[in-house]
Amino acid sequence: MKHDVVVVGAGPAGSIAALNLANAGVDVLVLEKRQEIGAPKRCAEGINITGLTAVGLTPDPRWAVNRINGAVLYTPAGKSFDISLKEHEGYILERKMFEKHLAAEAIKAGAKYMVKTRAESVIRDGNRITGIRASKMGNPVEISCRLIIGADGVDSKIGKSAGLNTLNKLNDYHSGVQYEMANVKIKENAIHIFFGQNIAPKGYAWIFPKGNTVANVGLGILGSQLKGNESPLTYLDRFIDCRPEFFKDASPIEINTGGIPVSSGSGTFVGDSIMLVGDAAQQVNPIHGGGIAIAMKAAQIAAGVAAEALKDDDLSRDRLFEYEKIWRETEGVKLKKLYKLRGYVEKLDDQDIEMMSTIFTADQVVKLTEGDFGFIPGVLLKKSPKLLFLAQKFLS
Amino acid sequence: MDVDRQICCYCGGCVGVCPQDALTLEDTSLQVDERCNDCGICVIFCPVRALSIKK
Repeated sequence: MKHDVVVVGAGPAGSIAALNLANAGVDVLVLEKRQEIGAPKRCAEGINITGLTAVGLTPDPRWAVNRINGAVLYTPAGKSFDISLKEHEGYILERKMFEKHLAAEAIKAGAKYMVKTRAESVIRDGNRITGIRASKMGNPVEISCRLIIGADGVDSKIGKSAGLNTLNKLNDYHSGVQYEMANVKIKENAIHIFFGQNIAPKGYAWIFPKGNTVANVGLGILGSQLKGNESPLTYLDRFIDCRPEFFKDASPIEINTGGIPVSSGSGTFVGDSIMLVGDAAQQVNPIHGGGIAIAMKAAQIAAGVAAEALKDDDLSRDRLFEYEKIWRETEGVKLKKLYKLRGYVEKLDDQDIEMMSTIFTADQVVKLTEGDFGFIPGVLLKKSPKLLFLAQKFLS
Repeated sequence: MDVDRQICCYCGGCVGVCPQDALTLEDTSLQVDERCNDCGICVIFCPVRALSIKK
């Protein structure tokens, strides 16, 4: 078997890469190790509208199932704050449908797909990557290719096989667990975020409504905070038990788990004849752990660079680095800032968060999640000198 | 390292944090190879405590 490009993984990053490559006339094959694209999800399914439109997608009710125009933040003591998201409106997706839709679009554009086919390792001729070794329902398959795009998620093996370091560290990696539940009684046009060291140490819990009483209910805990017998699932069950106002008579219809990279990006995304996109490259918002939009944008950039590099027959690391350069100068700048903010937020205890909830306006909180936080020390200093310790935690 | 397949939700979260690259998620089955040195990082990380160090 022979293709110009093999994409490993048919998630949003893999399929957007495949769609863009196919549209550029490139012969591309996508390998998906699971028997079904899109399931099981490892995701709370939220995305900004701009995350969709930036890669040419128009929200479709078949997969963009619930419109979100607000957020409700809950402090550790249980106070809640409504935020209007205005230009940050978004959707909760049905990822089973969304990922199949993206794959179908890529296939219509000319991409080929294989399911239940697991990429095992790169094939080399000397130092040069010449293809990929895979297993299709247990049968070995060898595919020659000029370029591999690794979009194989947090459990990426292909990057490692090509010599790229994609290891997550416990202090930059959240352990996440979620139920999709039915009969949840909550305001459905908003996402709901809960803070507190007893709820989710160095993380948060969420309720993302999908409409018709269904919602993703989950939490993420920073890996380095985990110890003893308290698993994230224990925390989640307790979170649900303690909130009958939302969950009395609700039941799960699905359980999801996953690792969430919050490092703001792996060491490098490219090597000779290989590019990594999405979770495989740890391209995730370090503050809220959302990664669909970032992954798709990275895939679009990578595909653009790849199409030109293939034309010029130069798949060297130096040439493919153009993708990493563009990404780091655009999305990457924002993620680096958010990584710094994450470090700050992790220093806050529950009392600090209660106090901050009395200081910042809703708009400022939205700004924070977008990486704009230069105003923090100023606000703290102006409001009250007593709050200086919060500024000090920020600056230290 | 042992995998309790009744508990494992095969998310692959452990694969991403294994310093030995000893774990592989094969569709719905987590495989542990001989490079595993029982460091226990995946055991702590697993969201549902499906992993344990071999006794």
